[in-house]
Amino acid sequence: MAKHPVSLKVNGDEHDLLIEPRKTLLAVLRDTIGLTGTKEGCSTGDCGACTVIVDGKAVTSCMVLGVTASGKEITTIEGLASDGELHPIQQAFIDTGGYQCGFCTPGFIMASKALVDENPDRTEEEFRFALGGNICRCTGYTKILEAVLQAAEEIRTNS
Amino acid sequence: MKSFEFFEPTTLAEASSLFAQKHAQLLAGGTDLVIGMKAYTETPETVISLQKIPGLDGITTDNDKSISIGAMTKVRQVELSEDIQQYHTALAEGASEIGSIQIRNLATIGGNIAHASPAADTVAGLLVADAQVDIASADGERSVPINELFTGPGQTVLKPGEIITQFRLLHPASGSHYIKHKIREVMDLAFIGVASAVNMQNGVIKEARIGLAAVAPTPIRATEAENLLSGKTPTPELLAQAGEAAAAATSPISDLRCSAEHRKEMVDVLTRRTLQNALDRV
Amino acid sequence: MSEKKEYKVIGTRPIRHDGVDKVTGRAIYGADFQITGLLHGRVLRSPHAHARIVSIDTSRAEAHPGVKGVVTAEDLPAAEDKMADLGEGAVSLKYLCDNILASDKALYKGHAIAAVAATSPHIAEEACELIDVEYEVLPPVLEVRQAMESDAPILHENLRTSSLGETGDKPSNIASHFQHKKGDIDKGFDEADVIIEREFVTGTVHQGYIEPHNATALYNPDGQLTVWCSTQGAFTVREQLAEILQYPISKIKVVPLEIGGGFGGKINVYVKPVAALLAKKTGKPVKVLMNRADVFEGTGPTPASYITIKMGATNDGKITAAQTSLVFEAGAYPGSPVGAGAMCVFAPYNIENVVIDGYDVVVNKPKTAPYRAPGATNAAFGTETVVDELAEKLNIDPLEIRLMNGAKEGDRRADGPVYPRIGFIETLEAAKEHPHYASPNGKKYHGRGIASGFWFNIGLESSVTINVNPDGTVNLVEGSTDIGGTRASIAMQAAEVLGIPAESVNPTVVDTNSIGYTAVTGGSRTTYATGYAAYEAAQDVVQQMKARAAKLWDVDEDNVQFADGEFSSINGKEEQISFRDLSARLGETGGPVIGRATMNPAGAGGAFATHVVDVEVDVDTGKVEILRYTATQDAGKAIHPSYVEGQIQGGVVQGIGWALNEEYIYNDEGEMTNASFLDYRMPTCLDLPMIDAVIVEVPNPGHPYGVRGVGEVPIVPPPAAIANAIYDAVGIRMTELPMSPDRLLKAMGKI
Repeated sequence: MAKHPVSLKVNGDEHDLLIEPRKTLLAVLRDTIGLTGTKEGCSTGDCGACTVIVDGKAVTSCMVLGVTASGKEITTIEGLASDGELHPIQQAFIDTGGYQCGFCTPGFIMASKALVDENPDRTEEEFRFALGGNICRCTGYTKILEAVLQAAEEIRTNS
Repeated sequence: MKSFEFFEPTTLAEASSLFAQKHAQLLAGGTDLVIGMKAYTETPETVISLQKIPGLDGITTDNDKSISIGAMTKVRQVELSEDIQQYHTALAEGASEIGSIQIRNLATIGGNIAHASPAADTVAGLLVADAQVDIASADGERSVPINELFTGPGQTVLKPGEIITQFRLLHPASGSHYIKHKIREVMDLAFIGVASAVNMQNGVIKEARIGLAAVAPTPIRATEAENLLSGKTPTPELLAQAGEAAAAATSPISDLRCSAEHRKEMVDVLTRRTLQNALDRV
Repeated sequence: MSEKKEYKVIGTRPIRHDGVDKVTGRAIYGADFQITGLLHGRVLRSPHAHARIVSIDTSRAEAHPGVKGVVTAEDLPAAEDKMADLGEGAVSLKYLCDNILASDKALYKGHAIAAVAATSPHIAEEACELIDVEYEVLPPVLEVRQAMESDAPILHENLRTSSLGETGDKPSNIASHFQHKKGDIDKGFDEADVIIEREFVTGTVHQGYIEPHNATALYNPDGQLTVWCSTQGAFTVREQLAEILQYPISKIKVVPLEIGGGFGGKINVYVKPVAALLAKKTGKPVKVLMNRADVFEGTGPTPASYITIKMGATNDGKITAAQTSLVFEAGAYPGSPVGAGAMCVFAPYNIENVVIDGYDVVVNKPKTAPYRAPGATNAAFGTETVVDELAEKLNIDPLEIRLMNGAKEGDRRADGPVYPRIGFIETLEAAKEHPHYASPNGKKYHGRGIASGFWFNIGLESSVTINVNPDGTVNLVEGSTDIGGTRASIAMQAAEVLGIPAESVNPTVVDTNSIGYTAVTGGSRTTYATGYAAYEAAQDVVQQMKARAAKLWDVDEDNVQFADGEFSSINGKEEQISFRDLSARLGETGGPVIGRATMNPAGAGGAFATHVVDVEVDVDTGKVEILRYTATQDAGKAIHPSYVEGQIQGGVVQGIGWALNEEYIYNDEGEMTNASFLDYRMPTCLDLPMIDAVIVEVPNPGHPYGVRGVGEVPIVPPPAAIANAIYDAVGIRMTELPMSPDRLLKAMGKI
């Protein structure tokens, strides 16, 4: 079947690609572009490990056909740290021990980033609701919530 | 995933004629179709994206408070719309119950309905809003009431080439509420879903509408229960009667996770609870 | 070990050495690995739970454009009647091989039948659809009690029951039966004033690690096989590959990449030998990734079980006798963790008269695998519920009855071992003193539950080398894959010995060619045993550096001492040099210093935990909400308290999932009907409160810093604690897991 030309702006860089329509955005990011920081946990949108930000919105990239992302601006975990500085959410995950195996971490950080960009002023319960699409099997979520709340507090204070 | 031809038409007419072909599927948000294609339960030869067609998304409110929702509107937008939250609370709540924020940023209300899952979370809210479903095809346009759209699990009255374009919510409620019976608090499929909406006049229920999801082959209105409430002053006994009448109207399936008796019992419980909450919100 | 030791590094909370890699996406997990010329593999799996394989025709798949090779069980070396030694006793090589690719029978839905290597994952997937397999479908047996019946469908015609030293004379699904006995059980029950006997059923549950299994294999023309993968143990992968492929261990190198969770589920190999076979067939590197359905249906969950517990106690609360029958499903091949369950079932209590019977029963489900304290959670669900009921009948507080009967140093467990210093009583006291236990608990439909748990922890082999750098830092080389922060907890123990900051130790996890044998990251052993090896390797560094200092100062080696990061001379000369400064002078004193240690420590020391949970039951919908959760646990010594808390919190939440939601749901054909994360329903963060982890420290005499393993025991108490809380809330004893809304409504008579 015919491949389609696709232009993606990923972490600020333009990528002009020719891809099969059946390739998901996740596969395009990982296999075609080589950004393997975004993880595949379930392939069905149920774990959130593949979360990236598309035009400002967090989405599960395993449910998106790569061809439909053409012309869009995408941020992945690799695009979060700037000028050698970790994003406050990344730093908070390290400081609190908000991960153990680290596999769900990129997805959690990207989902959290979209949330605090939208509104850092959320309660613990609101963050729990909003992060419900990200499954972690190691931490029991306690230290993840601590990390997100700590980062949100820092972002609120600095803005 | 099987290989397929991919089209991104920019007009409804083009989409409709492509869609009339055999083995073609529409891609709205993709959250059902892409997963189905991965599992080989969907094997279209042609996939037609509706994402490049202008004018299919967005929420507009008219002066008479009637609201239109474009079929390609993301369910996250439905969830966050202040007008929908105010006049169709049950629908906004239903939208907020779908998957995760990441999924709701992709999934569309049209896709949620066209997929015709009896358990779709927006359907009970649309039922109690008396939604009118506008449909377009190469042959023209038509409109059907939401409770006439579904014919069975995964089945609708939509004919080949027909595409849902928008939902018109004709009937604002003075109070409404949706509850989904589920195991997990988020990221779960509804065992059942119940929406209740009431309009009050001088302390009397002028009209009540009850929408039930996942309790029958198609989503249904509990009309007997509605009639029972109409014109009455709400009391716990009345709500209990309505709950029983709603449960009696259902024919749920049994599975190993949730028996038919359990589902029926929940229709009773949740009809009472949603009615009470809808009344409290008036 | 009663005095409080002062440490500089141990007990602090430095950040992980792999911290930045894991929040920036730079950490390389198995599926992230890339190599030139890579092919993609896909496994075809049985759609039937029980079927004879009549024929497999791969010709259409082989002809599919882009396909480079197809393998079936015929590509495995003949395994009939051979035994394989994997360090845990001999196992049938045929069983081991048949679980990788079925030869004669498919024994569960999802059983691997054949595999394809192709130029893209999509092509490999398409080619699997083109493999024609003819099956003779057989009736499946899915539940242990049915599998034990004389007319049950038989999985293995050649399996005979091994029971108390005797071997049966006809085919059976009961692989083995064993017994532990202590005291006189009849006398014990005679002495009891109250006897409770109950039956319990638990569901099949999965570890639920988020990263699916993966492997990339390459056969070089020189015969060298290299496998890159995520695993809990590179060396066990090497051993299993050597046995399954009948290939020399010296020609196999296993490179462990970062691992996205394991919990016991990434010890057994599945796709790794398949990748190796495909690599051999194609002459190219081949990567095989599982999807989530493959993981649920094709890898080992932990067993469902049928358990009876009978316990008796006197009116003043002394438990006089305990008897149990533990029947565990093994899955398709023998080898459930019923043995471990039997070690744990009554372990928290000092009971004079005990009988424990264990049964290992095959059923048409995936071969079971370890899952965090394997067997102990099933067993504790029974015991801890019955202890709660005894306390209620005797009108004794549930913590008090545990304090009265709790095991202490010198008590003997029914299966043999005598306890060294253990901290069970201390976990009970910590729970009793916690504000949670004193907080009000009287609201309607609210309830509080208590349960305790035990896991024995293991030692096993670990190797560590430490290379001293000229700037006073060290590079620590280890073979333990890091699933949750063990680089840090191991490095910290070396840092403590060397008197340097944790950040001055650079830990690296290496492949099987680059370090001495190291057993799996499992059994709660890594911080204990590999940490112990790091301690010894660091001591070796200190010894060698003392000799260097002696050389510098021209004194006898015995006259050099080391404390707080400083070498100094005693007897005469007043010389002093820091570890850092001496590191810079290794060149002039004889060259590099490498410390090393390899050990197999025996004193792992058991871990105990006591949990307190508050729930609210919605009596109309049957839903149980966890309102508050406090977990106390004896960690011996918490090397990195944050990571110990994390282990406790994570284990508790897995236990909560097991208690309330999680189970494999099968239809009558033996098909799992919920093989996705959406339908399997592991807890999300909205289902939970913050979990309060309380660390108790009763040093383990078997470790220089007193470390006990912490990873596993926190999963043990939750199902029983929640069942006891539900009883407190609504007066219903739940004896089946999970305690789903459907089951609870039925138990309450609502439906």
